[in-house]
Amino acid sequence: MPVWQLLGVFFALIILTLLTVFQSTLDLGNLELALSLLIATVKASLVMLFFMHMIHDKPLNIIIFLSSFIFVALFLGFTLMDAAGYRDDVELKQVDSPRAVAVAEADSHADDENHASEDHPADNESDSPEEGE
Amino acid sequence: MSHTADAHGHDDHGHGDHDHPPFLAHHFDDPEQQFDSGKLGMWLFLVTEILFFSGMFCAYALYRARNPEVWTYSSQYLNATLGAFNTGVLLFSSLSMAWGVRCAQLRQRTGLVIALAVTLGCASMFLGVKAIEYTHKWDIGLLPAGAYETQSLPLAHHEGLSPWLYTLSYIPAACVVGFGIWYLLTLVGGDRRRSEVAGPLLVTALCYFVGVGIGLQFQEAEESAHSNHPEAHSTEHVNGHSGDGHADEGHEAESHDEDTHASDAIPAGTMVSTGETSEFDVVPGAPSDAMVDQRGGAGLFFSIYYCMTGVHAIHILAGMGVMVWLLVRATKDHFNEEYFGPVDYVGLYWHLVDLIWIYLFPLLYLIK
Repeated sequence: MPVWQLLGVFFALIILTLLTVFQSTLDLGNLELALSLLIATVKASLVMLFFMHMIHDKPLNIIIFLSSFIFVALFLGFTLMDAAGYRDDVELKQVDSPRAVAVAEADSHADDENHASEDHPADNESDSPEEGE
Repeated sequence: MSHTADAHGHDDHGHGDHDHPPFLAHHFDDPEQQFDSGKLGMWLFLVTEILFFSGMFCAYALYRARNPEVWTYSSQYLNATLGAFNTGVLLFSSLSMAWGVRCAQLRQRTGLVIALAVTLGCASMFLGVKAIEYTHKWDIGLLPAGAYETQSLPLAHHEGLSPWLYTLSYIPAACVVGFGIWYLLTLVGGDRRRSEVAGPLLVTALCYFVGVGIGLQFQEAEESAHSNHPEAHSTEHVNGHSGDGHADEGHEAESHDEDTHASDAIPAGTMVSTGETSEFDVVPGAPSDAMVDQRGGAGLFFSIYYCMTGVHAIHILAGMGVMVWLLVRATKDHFNEEYFGPVDYVGLYWHLVDLIWIYLFPLLYLIK
C-alpha cells in the first residue's frame, strides 16, 4: 500500500466529513437522511477498500464480510415493516419526568394569569398537566 | 516441548528440529496458510461485530421512524463541532494504523512503533473529547430515559469543571503518573526497549488530557454562542406557546397521516387518547417541545445515544488494549515481511470501529 494512496484516502475522508457537516446545514427535508447516509457509505467504502485492503483481499473474505450487510438489511427491513404494520395497535405507556410535570404546572399557572390578555385561550400545554395530576 | 504430541502426521515439524520460522504455529503448513486462516477468522469476527451493532441501529431506526420530532429536538443538544472533530481524530488514527500495517510489512520497526503510538494517542484523545461531551450532558440532566431531566426548566448554572469530569479522569491521571515514572526509570536505566513501550504509553495517557482540553475549548465556544439559550427557553414556556408554533412549522413538511401517528408515539397527556379529534387548534398531532422534552421522548433518544456511543467507546478501549500488546511485540521485533498478521488483524478491527463511527456521526449529531 503506497503512502500516497493512504494519504489520498485520508484527505478524501476528511473532505467528505466536512461535506456531510456542510450538508447538514442545508434544508433538504427528507433528502437529508438519504444524502448523509450516502456520504457515510462512500466514506465506509473508502475505508473498506483501501484501509482494510479489500481490493487486494481474497474473494472469500470479501463475500463473508459483505454478506453481513445483507443480514443487517434483512434485520432492519423486517423489523421496520413489522413496526409499520402494528403502529396503530401499539399502546405506549406514559412516562413523565417530575420536572416535566412541574413545567406543565408552571405553564397552566402562567395561563391562568395571562388569560385576560391572551387571544387564544385553548392552549396546548395547559392540557397535558391536568392529565398528569 | 514433547515430541509425542506431534505423533500424527507432522513428524517433520517436531519442536526439536527448528526447520520452521519461530512464528509459525505447528498446526499450519506454512506462513501463508497461517496468515490466511487468521485473516478469515478476523473477518468472521468483524461480521459478528456488525451484526451486534446492527441491533442498536435497529433500535435507532425504529424509534426515529416512530418519533422523528424527538430526534430533531434532541439532536440540538449534541455538539456537532465536537463530533466532527472526533471524526477527524478517528480517521487520522485509521490512517496511522494503516501506515503501521505497511511498516510491519516492510519490517520498519521504528515506523511501526511510532504508528502505533500515534494511533493510541488519537484513540485516547477521542475518549478525552467524549468525556467532555458526556460529563456536560450529565451536568445538565441529558440522561437516559429513566433519569432524563426536562430541559425547559432553568437549570442551576455550573461553574468550573464538572465533578463527573474529575471522576472520569482519575484513571488517565494515574496512568500519566505511572507511565511517566516508568518512562523516567527506563531512561535512567538505559533500557531502550522498555522506554519504547513506556514512552508511547505516556503519550497516550497525556493525549486524553489533550482531548479534554480541546473538548473544553469547543464546549465553551458553543456555550458562549448560545449563552442566552436556557433563559430564552424558560421564558418561552412562561410567556405562552411560541414553542408550539415552532414545532408545527418544523413538521409542516410531513404528511398529515404521519403526524397523527407520531402523536400516538409520544406518551404525553391527552394526545394519546384523543388522537385525530384532538382539541388542539393546530396541526393535529404535531407534538410540542414540552411533550418531546421528557423521559418518554428525548430521554429515549439519550438512552439510544448513550448505548450506541458507549458501546463504541468500549470498542475503542478494547482496541487500545490490543494495540498495547502489539506495541510490546513490535519493540521485541516480532514482525517482518512474512509475519505481520497480528498487526493486520488489529488494523481491520480498528478500521471497523472507525467505520461504525462514520455512520454514528451523521446519524446522531447532524439531524436537523
